Amino acid sequence: MQANPSLALSASQKVTGWRLFLKTIVARAYPRVIGQQREKSWIFFDIFLPMLGVAAYVYVYRAIGAPEEYVGFVVMGGAMTSFWMNVLWSMSSQLYWEKEQGNLALYIIAPNSMMAVLLGMAVGGLFATTLRAAVIIVAGSLMFNVTYAVASFTQLLLVFFLAMTALYGMGMMSASLFLLLSREAWHISNLAQEPIYLVSGFYFPIKSLNFWVAAAASIIPLTLGLDAMRQLIFPSGALLGFLSVKVEIAVLIVLCVLFLTAAKFLLDYMEKLAIREGRLTESRR
Amino acid sequence: MNRSETTRSFTMATWLGWQVESNWTDPFLFAIYVIIKPLASAAILVVMYSIITGGAYESPLFPYIYLGNAFYTYVGAVMAGVSWAVIDDREHYKTLKYMYIAPINIPFYWLGRGVSRFLIGTVAVIVILTAGVLFLNVPLDLTQVNWGLFIVSLLLGVTMLAMMGLILASITLMVAHHFFLIGEAVAGALYLFSGAIFPLEVLPAWLRPIGYAMPITYWLELMRRSLIGDVAQAFPTLAQYSNLQLLGILLGLTVIFAVASVFTFRWCDYRARELGLIDRVSNY
Repeated sequence: MQANPSLALSASQKVTGWRLFLKTIVARAYPRVIGQQREKSWIFFDIFLPMLGVAAYVYVYRAIGAPEEYVGFVVMGGAMTSFWMNVLWSMSSQLYWEKEQGNLALYIIAPNSMMAVLLGMAVGGLFATTLRAAVIIVAGSLMFNVTYAVASFTQLLLVFFLAMTALYGMGMMSASLFLLLSREAWHISNLAQEPIYLVSGFYFPIKSLNFWVAAAASIIPLTLGLDAMRQLIFPSGALLGFLSVKVEIAVLIVLCVLFLTAAKFLLDYMEKLAIREGRLTESRR
Repeated sequence: MNRSETTRSFTMATWLGWQVESNWTDPFLFAIYVIIKPLASAAILVVMYSIITGGAYESPLFPYIYLGNAFYTYVGAVMAGVSWAVIDDREHYKTLKYMYIAPINIPFYWLGRGVSRFLIGTVAVIVILTAGVLFLNVPLDLTQVNWGLFIVSLLLGVTMLAMMGLILASITLMVAHHFFLIGEAVAGALYLFSGAIFPLEVLPAWLRPIGYAMPITYWLELMRRSLIGDVAQAFPTLAQYSNLQLLGILLGLTVIFAVASVFTFRWCDYRARELGLIDRVSNY
């Protein structure tokens, strides 16, 4: 049997530099986008679990007679929990899972950039999670009759883009820190759920907290991203906003630069440290 | 049934479960981990409530929400704790097949694995209640507590949750790792339907029957009544029932779940052996 010449040619073509970087991103994003859609139960749980939380908090607000816009705040916050869960479990602790399954060493010895691997995870995770968050917003809005009044689509898209870039940059940065962890990775991710929902104001306006608490919580990009989005899509959002949208956009830009740069440096450092201490293949169950 | 084997399975699993849950870090960090998560969960509700009501903690609705949320900690801890043992042993530690060939009683082994989560949950409940009394005027007076009702309800409730956990564990035996959220999903659904943080009247009328069919609804009501008596009875949801009637309903539902758990385990265990699922590892 004769070999297909085009296949033989493509197999022999060596991709290097930025082409390899891009191919790595696409290759790592692929299982996030395609693979996750194949597992239907994950799609169900990714949407169903945040919806349960959304419904519970909506009914709490209704039980205590809250104004209807708070229902919208909860629906938005509930959709954003998908992104936080994705960053926690599929970005930050991903390299720990890879280590547990024996893939991490393969990533390291392959001739591609680990930064590209993390970027691929981020891009793929962001895309897949956006689809789930959109379903939560649509379903929650229909179930609880949420109405929106968008003040500026351009600013809304900009805020979303910046918040997600900073958030996934933060995920890439923490992934490198998790490189050194073992069993504790699971517990740390588990711990970073409810406390973050609290300080980032997922279910209430962050302005309700003490100013300095809210300011400290702003290090998590979803805090300001969610606050700005609420200001832009709800009529009373601006009254309940923590800072003005323009200031929040400026802070989000700073966070984007900060987290992406830190991710690059930390990844290089942690990778060397993990190699030196022999932690890339350890499995302390 | 070999009694010593049953007891040994349970106590050994309790010790093992405690080690798995706690020895990943030092005791101080572990204590913080145990306390922060449930406290944050309660604080979300407190902030939501205080924003809307301006901090009207004296309203009967506040202790209703606060206590319901506090005791709901047990639901996630016990129910999901028992069922998680299957995933943990089969997929993570890959020891489930060894457990099966060891001289132990598997259902009691799983129940024992849930005890550590129960203990952790108890610490969390105590911390939440203490914070509520100290800082949020939750009207909990230890001299006024109906201790008899409290202890009986707590024991009955935890048994009921353990039986529900056993049903989930049996089902988990049949499904692959990608259903690892099954315990969380059930606990989340029951949070919504059991009147834990809002009276069932707030739900649409067509959803309320689900709440009335859930034993957790009656258990939480009993826990509230035993601790704050008349304040809890002010809500119309179960006002027509006396404490004794509620205990009877809870006992009846617990027996039903216990019988269901035995049959579910037998059937799932049989199918899992037939299909070779005991040592299946999905590797993700």
